Amino acid sequence: MEIAPKEEILLPAKPGFIALSLFSAFLLNLLPLGSFIEWIRPDFVAMLLLYWCIHQPHRVGIGTSWIFGILVDVADGTLFGEHALAYSLMAFVALVLRRRVSMLSLDHQFTHVTLILLIMQAVIVLTGFVAKDIFVGWAYFLGSLTAGLLWPGLTYLLKLPQRPKPDPDRI
Amino acid sequence: MEHELFSRGPSPAVRLTFFILLSLLLLVSDAHYSYLKTLRAGIATVIYPLQRIAMMPVELLGAMGDYTRTQSSLVKDNAFLQRQNLENRAALLRYRALQQENDHMRQLFGAQAHVNAPSVMAEILYDERDPFSRKVVVDKGLQAHVIEGSAVIDNAGVIGQVLQVYPFSSEISLITDKDHPTPVQVLRNGLRAIVFGFGSSNLLDLKYMSLNTDIRPGDLLVTSGLDGTFPAGLPVATVVTVDRNPVYAFSRITCKPVAGVDRYRQVLILAPESPLPQPNLATKPELPPAKGKK
Repeated sequence: MEIAPKEEILLPAKPGFIALSLFSAFLLNLLPLGSFIEWIRPDFVAMLLLYWCIHQPHRVGIGTSWIFGILVDVADGTLFGEHALAYSLMAFVALVLRRRVSMLSLDHQFTHVTLILLIMQAVIVLTGFVAKDIFVGWAYFLGSLTAGLLWPGLTYLLKLPQRPKPDPDRI
Repeated sequence: MEHELFSRGPSPAVRLTFFILLSLLLLVSDAHYSYLKTLRAGIATVIYPLQRIAMMPVELLGAMGDYTRTQSSLVKDNAFLQRQNLENRAALLRYRALQQENDHMRQLFGAQAHVNAPSVMAEILYDERDPFSRKVVVDKGLQAHVIEGSAVIDNAGVIGQVLQVYPFSSEISLITDKDHPTPVQVLRNGLRAIVFGFGSSNLLDLKYMSLNTDIRPGDLLVTSGLDGTFPAGLPVATVVTVDRNPVYAFSRITCKPVAGVDRYRQVLILAPESPLPQPNLATKPELPPAKGKK
């Protein structure tokens, strides 16, 4: 197992930035896309919640994830509590594994992130199966793989505002 | 789980248990009771602006497409529409004559005159992402006096039924949604039946028809109007396959919706002709007790 070469020193994330990123993810989720892209589209809200649960566990945790789950439930017209249940479980797993995941290099994070998101989707599929007796098919899980592939880019983007500015006094 | 030096509130495990219980409570009450409708409508109103913002790129693309459309295609479209208009006008004239004749005969029979249901034109905003159901959201809601349970049609036939009305939008359950019942009649011989959505594919299932039923591939199914929701005579589906396997108690009949259930954007919402029965009576058409699930 490879360990990230050195811990970056980052500024603390601003609560406003966290909220903004979560709402942008919610907007991305609402974006109507073609049916093909629909299959491979990652659940952006879940990705962002996972990211902040790993990196800012004091700001975003199980409660926030649950609230966003309810919002997604209303927007998607799923049963009340379906996404909320899955997201709060995902947040818990993220909180348990966060030390481990944040120590890993980005390509090793891929497996962890994909796995956590797959577990989250499995909870949704299971709830739907119990409540409505429908199995949605395996293609539904493709979204988590895309999410895993997008993870390094997301990490880079979200860390940008936290990077300290170059000190003008330095030679 | 690591121990925080200064613990903040209850531990994650306790929080998780709390939220899981809360979710399960919501799930059960949403699946079996309708207490949460107002809450859902409230949240839907709050996120409606966000949904409109998310629609913007698509609308912008559409507007750009309109702007760059060529003259020749417009001329072609115009000619086509004029021809269609002419044909429709002829059909309409014939229809008016028939309606007058029909009204007259109804009066003769002392029957109630057929009232044209008020209708609302709406546009489909987006498909819901729920993989477990087939629903769409349209841009007309309480402010346009949409009534829960109204039939929704497009230019070819029935596409679904209004499931829930929000202040500015409403949710429509498509006829292809799993176990969505639509009371129909076979146009050829007047046989009454109920057609159900499959849920997983864009097909319908004509259930509870005995093996010797007179039904053939190609038969057109129209609404029977028995439920008081759908006006009678709207095309619903055509029969695709009829499988009379004596192993099963009923024949397995698959139908294909006539309307572009997942194609068009403009739809018409027809208010029910008579007030819907109270929920404690049968809101759905009466179903025989469900036989083994498929």
